[in-house]
This record gives sequence, structure tokens and C-alpha cells, in this order.
Amino acid sequence: MIELRNVVKQYKEKLALNDINVTFADGESTVIVGPSGSGKSTLLRSIDLLTRPDSGTLTIDDLTVDFSKPISQKETFAIRRKSGMVFQNWNLFPHLTVMKNITEAPRTVLKQSKEQSEQRAHELLKMVGLDEYADQYPSQLSGGQQQRISICRALAMQPEFLLLDEPTSALDPELEMQVLRILENLANQGQAMVVVTHNMEFARLVAKKLIFVEDGKILFTGPTEEFFNSDNARIQTFLAGLSLAE
Amino acid sequence: MWQTISDSLPQLIAAGIKFTIPLAIISFIFGLILAVITALIKLARPKGNVLVKAIWGILDAIAYFYVWLFRSTPLLVQLFIIFFGLPNIGIQMPAFTAAVITFSLNTGAYASENIRAALLSIPDDQWEAAATLGFNTRQTLFKIIFPQAIRIALPTLSNEFIGLVKDTSLASSITILEMFTVSQEITAKNYQPLLMYCLVAALYAVVCSLLSILQHYLEKHANRYIKRGES
Repeated sequence: MIELRNVVKQYKEKLALNDINVTFADGESTVIVGPSGSGKSTLLRSIDLLTRPDSGTLTIDDLTVDFSKPISQKETFAIRRKSGMVFQNWNLFPHLTVMKNITEAPRTVLKQSKEQSEQRAHELLKMVGLDEYADQYPSQLSGGQQQRISICRALAMQPEFLLLDEPTSALDPELEMQVLRILENLANQGQAMVVVTHNMEFARLVAKKLIFVEDGKILFTGPTEEFFNSDNARIQTFLAGLSLAE
Repeated sequence: MWQTISDSLPQLIAAGIKFTIPLAIISFIFGLILAVITALIKLARPKGNVLVKAIWGILDAIAYFYVWLFRSTPLLVQLFIIFFGLPNIGIQMPAFTAAVITFSLNTGAYASENIRAALLSIPDDQWEAAATLGFNTRQTLFKIIFPQAIRIALPTLSNEFIGLVKDTSLASSITILEMFTVSQEITAKNYQPLLMYCLVAALYAVVCSLLSILQHYLEKHANRYIKRGES
């Protein structure tokens, strides 16, 4: 379980996270939605310590860090072992083949053998339908394919939580669908995920839980169904703004 | 004329193999190591307590001073200070050692800026991706950042190396028997300065041309993962 308590992050001009309190359950998929600049990416990145909030605490299972105190390297690595991150622009390593992109971390960090890590990589590549691209470089693949590879790269570290920061925002609708189907399958298999997304259809179909963030505050947290049926005026305006229907 | 050339060519080539090329290669290797260390000191901003920050501040100042010093003074003067000057304060060394030290320090100062630029050109995204996968700083540098930075630095580092090969001719002024020294000695005997100096110039050009060809193939290899037209 991931738990954020009283988390505050102040950028120079902007309060990105304003006393955030939230939990993410094991094996469950959660979607974070909200307008641009609402703080949802900052919230997600805090879980992996890519962004360092000013105060508050982060608890993942038996590990707790207090953001207002120094966090040791050991704690940072332990926290990061719990989760894997998928970025908007996938951030694959351009100088490594698809296979090496996936096996480098298991080999370097987990000290897995070449055989073991490659066997696992082939399984993951088959799952996303890209096993025949193992020896290619990322620049030879489409954006959607690269994003699927980056999901494999994160999963190869066997994270408890897969964190995805607008994973399909840089993709055209067809490629987006390919990526979302993979995420749907993962969710059905019980992989815990926290997804920052603008795709409400994905949120509706895949996420058990939904968090709505605006101006650094959580305005809604609860079952996805409830969100779409909410009579809260702000939520209705937000949903209406995403739809062509009057 | 051909007789003069065929008489002197073996001596010149021997001097090149014995002194010019080893001097350039050894100095470049030491220079590169210095350059990487200097670039990393300038770029890194370690977190930690006051003591760590104070030590880093001092290292940072040394790095800036070093680069400033060697870029702001002529190479020939540096060579003279280290070989002829330092014995005055009791530091004496063979000419070859003095040359290697001077050329290494000089190359290191210039190349550190090339390497710093190459490291800066790697997007922060790559550091973040490595961090989320659990790489520590050292692993990120060696597995992710350096391999990509080398590709960026290759053209400018090749420039440095080619420049260094020619600069080794300055070592003639501190008694090293490299190619240019030998050409001067032969000239003193056969009174053919135009021919001899053109000949030695041609030899430098041959070595540098070979290096340019090598650079071409290294770049081709380094660019293997870049889509054409995107570089």
C-alpha cells in the first residue's frame, strides 16, 4: 500500500501540492485526472522520489520517509524498488537495443544473470506483441511501440506499483489504444497501477479508483463510477469540458 | 632530391614511431581522464552536509582555476616552465615526462569543456529513467550517460587529438628527438630546409589524415542507433 500524508510541494510561484492525503491499495488500479498544471504529475512523481516534496510523509508497505527530513540513498533505492515509472515520452535509452533496454536494470541493479533477464524480457515482449523487435534500436520503432517497450522495461524490475505519467499523451489515437489495451490487461491481471491520464474512457473502463486533482488539492477520491455520476458542480464542468455533447 | 628524401625518410618515420605518436597517445589518454574528472567536478552538485559541500566548493574552484590557467597561457610557455623552470624549485624530470605532463594538462583543460558540453547535451529524462529503475549515480554515468555523451563528443575530441599530434612538434624545444627535431638535425647537415620541412609537414599530414579516417569510422559506429536524417 502507498500512503501520502500531508504532502506539500511549493514551486517558486505555485503551490503544486497543497496538503495531499491519499492511499493506493495493493493490486488495484487508480487513475489520477485533473486539468493541466493541477499537480497530478507532481503527485505521481513524489511516489518515486523524482520530485521531492517540502513536507509530509510517504509510506510504501513497511517503508516510511519524511519529506521534511534528509532521505538517505538507501531509503531512496528501497522506495524506488517498490515502483516502476512509465513516462509520457517513454525515455527509452537510445543507445541500447530493445532487449538491453529491458535487461540492463535487472542485470545491473538486481544482479540477474543474462539468461534469466533475457528470458523474462522475451516473456514481456511477447505480452506486448513486440518480441521480434528485440534486436532493434528504439529509434527504429514507432512511439506506440516505444511506449510498450518502456512498460516492459518498468515491469522487468517487478515493481509492486506501476506508475504511469500521461503514458499516451504523445501518441495518436490508434497507437494510444494499443498501449491502453496492454494496461487494461495488466490491470485485469492484478498489477497495481497509478495512471495520470486525460483519457476518460480508459479511466472509466479500467480504474477501480479515481482521484480528481485541481490546484494542488484532491477534490474527489473514490470509486470511478461515483466520479462519473457525481453531482458536484466542478466535476460536472470538468467532464462536460471533455465532451462534445451539450 | 629523391635521394635526399629516401635518405631522411627512415629517420623521420623512426622518430615519429618512437616519440611523436607515443607522446600524443599517452598524453591524450591522461588528458581525457583529467578532462572527465574536471567536467564531472564542474557539473556535479552533491547533496549532503556542510562539509561535503565545502570540499566540493574547493574542488570546483580548483577545476575552474586549472582550466583557466591552461587555456590562458601558451603551450610552449607551459612546456618551458615545467621542463626548464621547475628544476629551480627542485622538481626535475626527464624531458619525455615533462612533455607528457604538459600535453596531458593542456589537452585535459580543453577537452574538459568538450566533455562537459557533451554531458550537458544528454537530456535529464535519461537520468530520471535510470533513477526510477534503481541505478545509482555511478551506474547511470557508465551505463547510460557516458555511452551517449561519447557520440556527441567524438567530433570535438577528434579535433583535440589531431591538434595534439601536431603540437607534439613543440617538444623539439625541450630536447625530445621527435619528428620535427630530427628534421632540423638533418637540415643542419644537408642544407635543404625547404625540402626537409615540407617532408616533415607531409608526414604530420599523413598521420592526421589517417586519424580523420579513423574518426569517420568511429562516428559511423557511434551513430548506429540514430535514425538517418535525425542525427
